[in-house]
Amino acid sequence: MGLGKRIIFHSKTILPRRNYSKLSKNSPQWKSVVGLEVHAQIQSETKLFSGSPTKFSSPVNSNAALFDISTPGTLPVLNKRCVEAGVLTALSLNCKVNPVSYFDRKHYFYADMPSGYQITQQRAPLASNGNMEFHVFAPGVHKTCYKTSARIKQLQLEQDSGKSLHDFDKSLVDLNRAGIPLMELVFEPDLVDGEEAAALIKELMMILQTIQTCSCKMEEGALRIDANVSIHKDGEPLGTRTEIKNIGSVRGVAGAIKYEIQRQIKIKENNGTIVNETRSWNPEKKITVPMRDKEVQQDYRYMPEPNLPPLHIGMGPVENGFINADKIREKIPELPEQIRCRLRETFGLTSEQSIILVNDFHLLRAFEESISGRSISGTKLANFLINELNRALNQMDLELQNVKCNLKYFGEILELIEASTISRATALLVTEELLKGNMDNPTKIVADKNWKQITDEKELRKICQQILDENEKAVKDYLKGKTKVFNAFMGYVAKKTDNRADMKKCSEIVKELLLHLENKRQP
Amino acid sequence: MDKVLNTNIKNVFRLLSENAITPPILTEAALNRAKQLAKYNAFIALTESLAKNQSKQSQERYNTKKPASEIDGLPITIKDNFCTKEVATTCASKMLENFNPTYNATVVERLENAGAILLGKSNLDQFAMGSGTVDSIYGPSKNIWNYQDDENFHIAGGSSGGSAIAVATGICYGALGSDTGGSTRNPASYCGVVGLKPTYGLVSRWGLIPLVNSMDVPGILTRTVDDCVSMLNVVAGFDSKDSTTLEKPYRKIRLPNANKMSVKALKVGIPKEYFNEHLTSEVYDVWNEVANLLENDGAIVKQVSLPNTEHSIVCYSILNQCEVASNMARYDGIEFGYRADENESTEKLYATSRSMGFNEVVRNRILTGNYFLLIRNYEKYFNKALKIRRLIADDFHKVWEDVQVLLTPTTLTTAPVYKDFVQKTNRDQCALQDYCTQPANMAGIPAVSIPIKLSQNGLPISIQLMGRNLSEPMLLAVAKYIENIVQFPHFVNRK
Repeated sequence: MGLGKRIIFHSKTILPRRNYSKLSKNSPQWKSVVGLEVHAQIQSETKLFSGSPTKFSSPVNSNAALFDISTPGTLPVLNKRCVEAGVLTALSLNCKVNPVSYFDRKHYFYADMPSGYQITQQRAPLASNGNMEFHVFAPGVHKTCYKTSARIKQLQLEQDSGKSLHDFDKSLVDLNRAGIPLMELVFEPDLVDGEEAAALIKELMMILQTIQTCSCKMEEGALRIDANVSIHKDGEPLGTRTEIKNIGSVRGVAGAIKYEIQRQIKIKENNGTIVNETRSWNPEKKITVPMRDKEVQQDYRYMPEPNLPPLHIGMGPVENGFINADKIREKIPELPEQIRCRLRETFGLTSEQSIILVNDFHLLRAFEESISGRSISGTKLANFLINELNRALNQMDLELQNVKCNLKYFGEILELIEASTISRATALLVTEELLKGNMDNPTKIVADKNWKQITDEKELRKICQQILDENEKAVKDYLKGKTKVFNAFMGYVAKKTDNRADMKKCSEIVKELLLHLENKRQP
Repeated sequence: MDKVLNTNIKNVFRLLSENAITPPILTEAALNRAKQLAKYNAFIALTESLAKNQSKQSQERYNTKKPASEIDGLPITIKDNFCTKEVATTCASKMLENFNPTYNATVVERLENAGAILLGKSNLDQFAMGSGTVDSIYGPSKNIWNYQDDENFHIAGGSSGGSAIAVATGICYGALGSDTGGSTRNPASYCGVVGLKPTYGLVSRWGLIPLVNSMDVPGILTRTVDDCVSMLNVVAGFDSKDSTTLEKPYRKIRLPNANKMSVKALKVGIPKEYFNEHLTSEVYDVWNEVANLLENDGAIVKQVSLPNTEHSIVCYSILNQCEVASNMARYDGIEFGYRADENESTEKLYATSRSMGFNEVVRNRILTGNYFLLIRNYEKYFNKALKIRRLIADDFHKVWEDVQVLLTPTTLTTAPVYKDFVQKTNRDQCALQDYCTQPANMAGIPAVSIPIKLSQNGLPISIQLMGRNLSEPMLLAVAKYIENIVQFPHFVNRK
């Protein structure tokens, strides 16, 4: 695990204001505008219009039904599961589901598009007018976390194309992907930079994974992102935009857009012209490059798909229509933003804590399991998990999801801390013990290892006196005014007791003993 | 045996059930007749060994007294634009000359399940784009009526000309055609057989290689109305593979005896727009005769108006070409079909394969259709055509408030002479040929053509009946009533 994989920070408030990226601050006269188009593969056993399986990495051309290879005489049959997933996604993104939508044919010739057209919903989509809120925070770019939103123009169902594999002298076609169901989400250009875009994608991924309509495995191409980028001066109309196609990672989204804005500013400041073109992101060189534009000004000659009747979605109590949107609405699970709200309202967590926990599914689970049935402080538990647990995981190079221990035990550790049974330092030891695979509960571990905190006043006093007796020189230094050595005394106490001493009490006792010595010297 | 081939389905079924004849013998006879009549060029291919195998299986069912249906063991013919498993399906084109589907069209599957014997694949205009069965890479089909010689003959009509000839000559009892603008009814009319275009959505299109998806329907060709009902009862009904089929369960049609039927108080409409300037007086007279016949028997015959009929052809032409442009896009020589020997670039491979694999008619329609679909033309042509289509459909809806059935000619003339016909462009051919038939496809309504009598020079003249959606039982009953009165002299019954 690399460093910085988990974000650990402590800022107190999240201001609901929009920050301009560093970049626009450097060139204050330029404003950048970013819009996204996301293609998300719908999690479904079978394809959008045929019965062939959608399993990833199947043998080449094994998942291709007659329809998928555009055999003459075959017809599309709409997959109900895909419509349900589309409606569920639309509702989760606050879209208006359209009671009637239509399918269109979009024509272009390409070897991996066997019918010569793609069936899509460009003109009358399944849903439109959505809105998505999300938090933006990138350390080093933004000083604080802030909340913003992007509108969704439309959500449409469409087929994926196949894949072309090019060799020196020939091209081969794999049609396993042809006809895989996609949701295309078209966002309005409401973003200002790559970090906002990356944050939007992260939130979108979390939502889609929560409602299980898309695996979001970008490495499998389950989520693909196109970004439209333009720059303009304040008060002037929007500039010419470029489109970056098929960005395959969240950091790629941030990087590609950042690069593209910079590139456009450089052109403009040298009195150049931005060309309306399609570019691609080279993640190795971290640059965008123009794509070999095969068809400039393509006219797709849209036509209604005559083999599919209009798609009716039932609303309200009526039973007509293919599926009912209101019934699907009831099935929406708790979404990430709702979880954050609940964490803040029920357990008093800070916004940052809620964001961090929701960003990390396993950490969130640890929190939920630990707090249930216990009366411990939510913020303290969250801090413990975010800081101590994460630090331990990082040091031991572990992932929480691979750790077998009972997640409830972290709550027990917190209880032990709050009851002063163990010290914070011991808590870390117990945590490491759990991560190492000790299956006992924390109370038993503490007992077995004799890690119980020493809180007995008499005993502590004895230990402190011993420390002072053993370090006469240091005591003298202290009494001469070198008060810094006080910390050394504390260190000795900790060491002597294997971190088991109640340090707060010890600190008071040592101070008292020293004061007593000082008084003795000055009668 | 010849007599058996000439009779109707009910009689053959009785003979088979009584073991008076057997499916293999019947099939053998049908194949022989097909070979004897090869000069008419009805077939692209005979499926001899398949037919023989199927006939043996049929025999076994009759042996155990368990025939699958009343068409079990009966030879039938399928137009070569329906996919047949492991039997070449060419659409009469170079593009699909070597196309062997791995699946059966639903209608083919249902016929096979009913025990029908697939005798062969019949000729058509390339991709069903035509109304003469003259634009086939296998040469034109030739009308049996007034046939002089290989050069001098009348056209069979089209595009299901091969199927019509196969039925008219008694090679088979029934055949599948397809009907997009009249492709089943037109050749039925010219060859003197019954041709049914069912309601859109009543019969599955899965496996029918499309011309215009929103208008295509599998059509049925038989010699009698009763035979047509037998075939329809086998192929009709919902198919989950075709989302445009009607979900309502199909109820098998049973028609009473003709002499037990009456047309008393039946409201029959005569649409005045069908008095076209090209309508010949002979066809007009037959139309009039049938109207009088119905009126004399108690029907209420009145003139009605379908005011948008005149726009139908041009509107159809636009919609047809747009869908053709789209449907033909898959023929790029990559997955199946003709691939040119061209390695310079993928684009060049497409272009060469397509210009060599399609004939001029197909290429023209692709080009025009793509032109109409361009963003700058979409409103002006495609969308306007859709609106007119709605008006045409509305014309019919309105007329059903007044009448139950419409009576019109099927074609404006008798079958044209081949040499004259091919002088005209495909566009003009279709515009004239489809005039009476094509509005039914625009509206999706059922229509049936039945032969009435022969013209002075011995060519069939037919009339067409149209009814509202799913009115097949009534429509076919009226057709049977007329059929019984006019007693058309079928080709198979000539002395």
